[in-house]
Amino acid sequence: MTDDFDGELGFEPAVPATGAEPSAAARGPQRRPTLRRKLAAAAVLTGALGAMGGSYAAFAASSGAANQPSSAQQIAEGRQLFENSCITCHGANLQGVVGRGPTLLGVGGAAAYFQVSTGRMPLAQQGPEANRKPPMFTEAQTEALAAYVQSVGGGTAAPTGNLRGSSADIAVGGDLFRLNCASCHGVTFKGAPLSAGKYAPSLYPSTDKQMYTAMLTGPESMPVFSDNQITPDQKKAIIAYVQNIKASKDPGGEGIGRIGPVSEAVVIWVAGVGALMIAILWIGAKSQ
Amino acid sequence: MTTTSPVTNPPRRTQPRTPAGKMGKFVDDRLNVAGPLRKQLNKVFPDHWSFMMGEIALYSFIVLLLTGTFLTFFFDPSQTEVVYNGRYVPMQGIEMSRAYASTLDISFDVRGGLVIRQIHHWAALMFVAAMMIHMFRVFFTGAFRKPREFNWLIGLGLLALGIVEGFAGYSLPDDLLSGTGLRIADAIMLSIPVVGTWVSFLVFGGTFPGHIFLDRLYIAHVLLIPGIILALISAHLALVVRQKHSQFPGNGRTEHQVSGERVYPIYAAKAGGFFFIVFAALAALGAFAQINPIWLFGPYQPSQVSSGSQPDWYMMFLDGSTRLFPSWEIRLWGHTLPPLFWPTVVLPGILGAMAALYPFIEARMTRDYQHHNLLQRPRDVPVRTSLGLMAITFYVVLFLSGGNDIIAHVFDISLNAMTWGGRIALLILPPIAYAATYRICLGLQRHDREVLEHGIETGIIKVLPTGEYIEVHQPLGPTDDHGHGLLEYSGTPVPKRMNQLGVMSPVKLIRGFFYPVTEKPELQAAIDEADAAETSQRQHQLTE
Repeated sequence: MTDDFDGELGFEPAVPATGAEPSAAARGPQRRPTLRRKLAAAAVLTGALGAMGGSYAAFAASSGAANQPSSAQQIAEGRQLFENSCITCHGANLQGVVGRGPTLLGVGGAAAYFQVSTGRMPLAQQGPEANRKPPMFTEAQTEALAAYVQSVGGGTAAPTGNLRGSSADIAVGGDLFRLNCASCHGVTFKGAPLSAGKYAPSLYPSTDKQMYTAMLTGPESMPVFSDNQITPDQKKAIIAYVQNIKASKDPGGEGIGRIGPVSEAVVIWVAGVGALMIAILWIGAKSQ
Repeated sequence: MTTTSPVTNPPRRTQPRTPAGKMGKFVDDRLNVAGPLRKQLNKVFPDHWSFMMGEIALYSFIVLLLTGTFLTFFFDPSQTEVVYNGRYVPMQGIEMSRAYASTLDISFDVRGGLVIRQIHHWAALMFVAAMMIHMFRVFFTGAFRKPREFNWLIGLGLLALGIVEGFAGYSLPDDLLSGTGLRIADAIMLSIPVVGTWVSFLVFGGTFPGHIFLDRLYIAHVLLIPGIILALISAHLALVVRQKHSQFPGNGRTEHQVSGERVYPIYAAKAGGFFFIVFAALAALGAFAQINPIWLFGPYQPSQVSSGSQPDWYMMFLDGSTRLFPSWEIRLWGHTLPPLFWPTVVLPGILGAMAALYPFIEARMTRDYQHHNLLQRPRDVPVRTSLGLMAITFYVVLFLSGGNDIIAHVFDISLNAMTWGGRIALLILPPIAYAATYRICLGLQRHDREVLEHGIETGIIKVLPTGEYIEVHQPLGPTDDHGHGLLEYSGTPVPKRMNQLGVMSPVKLIRGFFYPVTEKPELQAAIDEADAAETSQRQHQLTE
């Protein structure tokens, strides 16, 4: 989103602090979404409801260049799903409905993918934060919806391919996680509350793609971690760390929630002190 | 077996014949210790299950010394930066202090290191917990009264030192959690008006975190504080020996006479056995429950922090008070009083002072300056018991508020609601606890009197020839002409159910709650026979 404005307002995109081919890779896709968004908006505004035609398909395919091209069929399927399940709150043209849901123009396929695949959308109820729940759509349907949202409004597209770094990246990913993510999700990513009912969720149910799209789009209370801030390789390293720790066993025995001193306090008072209280009652009973 | 002190044994005149006896004579011939030692070993300790809570603390401390000594072989408190190359993959290649790296090594590369580390940490939590419940026992039974005020104060000192010692241990591994804790400790020092900055500079040798602090903390943790704790424990126990252990009133137990088991062999066997039970419980926790997984927390970097960072349980009440206290910043005469100052310096200061002064305040308020060797049942001193429950309620609200983010997250409650709930509960619940406890104490007192007067409910309902239904009560002792008991309340438990007649052991009380405790079969048969005979005789009389 901010990337789009960079192009329009004539700013040079900031050089990523962490290196890794800054201009060519980063700048190219940034200009294309702007063009694509304008054309897409124009297409919608002219009421071209027969947009599944050949020219539109060709256009959509060429605009999604950085990622897997979405086929016209996929977009059509996404549109069908959208009109069945999303249109009430987000509007026929993704422009949003006052009091119900925000516009989806410009949010991009990545955000749509995250929200739908984690079950947050369709929304159960308005509240401080959308909760994760079993997703309503299959993975293919979710991708179709994302492709449709991407095709209409443009924005940050959902990534494809392998999103998890190699085992060599785990340690670096851990350091990045503690620096960027632990202050909300917690160092063992069990989640934590924010103010007034908002919260940072646990990452234990999250897939690679969900974590990646969350970092890209900053859903709910989360900030956006753009590719300038955390490069794609670093994102993949963070995902490698999280998935590695999730899969690892606890060498010290029962993990008791991996949340540190609070659960340890419960264990020492209930199990530890409790057991020894029973022991002294037993010994005390022998005295009479 | 109950023995009454003082005990005098006839002197042995024969020569020892067993190997142990010969060895004893060999030692005694050279050191001449048999006389005083015999006196000590024959010393009588009163027995009650609640007297063993302090022992848990003592044995946990011994476990701490044993496991801690093992850990010192491998731990290096240096803050020198190294690159980790140990066995734990998710940390390989990460820069960290030698303190953190050596803790990782203890956890993953030293044989048995992790389980010893975990036992050490669980024992630390148990040490403070046991001291606290021991303190509750002493408080609620009035064991702190004259002449034992010194031991109350020494005990409070031990509790405070135990908390400081535990926090030092929590801070040593230099992981993200301990570094965050030290950062907060530094902030608390800084919050002290006028001298705060200088105190912080003095402790950290400059600005936080500095390069020397862990070395200082290490010596404090392994030598200085344990040494003081050991000295205070010795003084604590010496005073118990000197002043004799307090006891509940009862058979042979008066203000002037101690009744219980001799130190050797019964008490020594019990205490020795209980040591191994405590050790086993701590070892089981260390083996089966993971504690302080520092490898998940990462090395301390001042730029990093984790949500849900809590101190160990005994510090959590200060975390809670900080979370609940409003953010009032006061500026006076060019000095700032930060909001952190009140909940972390003033509040524990007040709580500690109130606890230390309580024995003297109570003596003044009740004008009771007598010697007391007999303990009181909590119900018999409702004001003290209610004050204690009030204090515990206050503490528990603070303690729970220290983990209010975890509670909010787990139970899906707004964190703001938790904070406000904690603030309101902190002011409202303690008085409610006082009032409720007071009523419960009075109710229990009255029930004791009622049973003494009317006897125990037997559960047998009788129909009188007039058609009236009455419940048969079993008097506890001689009765007057109206059938009212003549026994006075004497500060001892009153049996409330038939099961409790003759047995007041807590286990049998629990067992008898669900079904009647029957005697041995042959004995029970004899009792049944006698009952039947008595019943038939009575019926015989009625028919006559």
